[in-house]
Amino acid sequence: MTTAVETVVASRNRPGALTRAWAFVRRHTLTFFAMLAFAYLLVPIAVVVAFSFNDPIGRFNFTWQGFTLKNWAHPFAYPDLGGAVRLSIEIAFFSSIVATIIGTLMALALVRYQFRGQGATNLLIFLPMATPEIVMGSSLLTLFLNFGNPFKLGFITILIAHIMFNISFVVVTVRARLAGYDRHLEEAAMDLFANPWVTFFRVTLPLIAPGILAGFLLAFALSVDDFVITYLVSGADVTFPLFVWGAARVAIPPQINVIGSAIFFIAVAFMLANVLWQRRQPKGAV
Amino acid sequence: MLHSRRWITPYLLLLPGLLWLAVFFLVPMYYLGYTSLESGDLFTGYTFSWAWDNYRDAFTLYRSHFIRSLEYAGLATILAFLISYPLAYWIAFRGGRWKNLFLLLIIAPFFVTYLIRTLAWKTILADDGFVLSILRDLHLVSSDGRLLATTTAVVAGITYNFLPFMALPIYVSLEQIDTRLIEAAEDLYASRPRAFLKVTFPLSLPGVFAGTLLTFIPAAGDFINAQLLGTPKQQMIGNVIERRFKEVADYPQAAALSFVLMAAILILILVYARSVGTERVTTGTA
Repeated sequence: MTTAVETVVASRNRPGALTRAWAFVRRHTLTFFAMLAFAYLLVPIAVVVAFSFNDPIGRFNFTWQGFTLKNWAHPFAYPDLGGAVRLSIEIAFFSSIVATIIGTLMALALVRYQFRGQGATNLLIFLPMATPEIVMGSSLLTLFLNFGNPFKLGFITILIAHIMFNISFVVVTVRARLAGYDRHLEEAAMDLFANPWVTFFRVTLPLIAPGILAGFLLAFALSVDDFVITYLVSGADVTFPLFVWGAARVAIPPQINVIGSAIFFIAVAFMLANVLWQRRQPKGAV
Repeated sequence: MLHSRRWITPYLLLLPGLLWLAVFFLVPMYYLGYTSLESGDLFTGYTFSWAWDNYRDAFTLYRSHFIRSLEYAGLATILAFLISYPLAYWIAFRGGRWKNLFLLLIIAPFFVTYLIRTLAWKTILADDGFVLSILRDLHLVSSDGRLLATTTAVVAGITYNFLPFMALPIYVSLEQIDTRLIEAAEDLYASRPRAFLKVTFPLSLPGVFAGTLLTFIPAAGDFINAQLLGTPKQQMIGNVIERRFKEVADYPQAAALSFVLMAAILILILVYARSVGTERVTTGTA
């Protein structure tokens, strides 16, 4: 939009009142446009939160009927919803922990060392982020189906899949923090006769901890939100997004909006907390 | 140990991650290819038989689904670009000290579960929703016209869901621009639009390139928007793959379709990378 408008202006390149007036209009056009774009991004979120207070008459929570707090008072008052939320949290917790450990080790290797195969390693880390989820889910499903027993579809296969797609995101997050950090502190510790392990746990780890936590939180959020891959490899187990998918065919209880809003507020709170924590770190350290 | 320059250390750090990605990302791709050449049915079991028919069917029976997926994904990518660029530009150059807050607003949709924010669009576009009634009052939509269950709804949903993937990389590349370059262009009597076209926009191209890929790839494989906001007429290739796997259990056909989808996306990316690359070279030498 901007480009098109500006090309027109470029063709009559004469300064003066007209141009100035146009610049004024354009300046505010851009602001107005940005506000519209923010509305586009935020209105659906407002709808989700608002409809968590709705008191729907039928099975579908699509039209506003009246304000109620009972959905928030009884968020799990719908069959199987509680179990689905619990499974989502368990999967997210375990997959994020494993992916964070594996990913942090990879990020350390990539930032700290020059070695043969670095390019190939980077490519292998990049590929899962550039592959459509449905292709990754399909390929994992064919693997699990071909092997059968050790990979019985369910908790284990969901966990394996989530660790797989989370590793890349953790590596990217932690690597970004590691790259800009001051190694003199480590050298100082070594000069003061700390051995490498002590240096790592007393100096390096505390310094890169915000990056690791950011990676963990990102992995957790991606895991809780994942639908496509989970859907393909889940077997009979049901995570929260799978529950929403199944429910959407027959009913949409307002409790779904309650859980969705709760996830939203918790995520925003964690994100703000992490930003504040990083602000507290000494300058140049992270 | 971390600081010894032993050549093996980086490989030890990488080992768990490389193993996980090899076994659960690369090996499944092999099994996807293997399964796609099997024949048989669910009751007698599937056996490998170089069944290229699955690929022939992918190109004949499901051609319209492939074309539709690429059309919708392309359209959504263009729309996301048209909305994101002015928005990212506004934040980068007019955001002032609230930049980080505005960035948080851009990624806010990610904090609401994917399926739930898509269902929110169902509420917004519903036949008795406020958007449709306003459009009807303005005679922009005929009195029996609908928004839900249309191509518009599906494309709008895809655009919405992947918009942050477009906006963030563009913002990062705009934010990194040394504003003295733009000032220099204006000092040399370039009009503001000309300075934008010759300096700002070319410098932001890496972000546009990354954003386009990050939006197009997941959009082409998506099936949730078509399922929740569309009708069978808007079904994309993702819907077909999902149904072949989960409902019909026609694994070979589903695997072949996944493979073709991945190949199609890879080819498009390569073509796109070449065209953007050459374009950048020409603007650089001009």
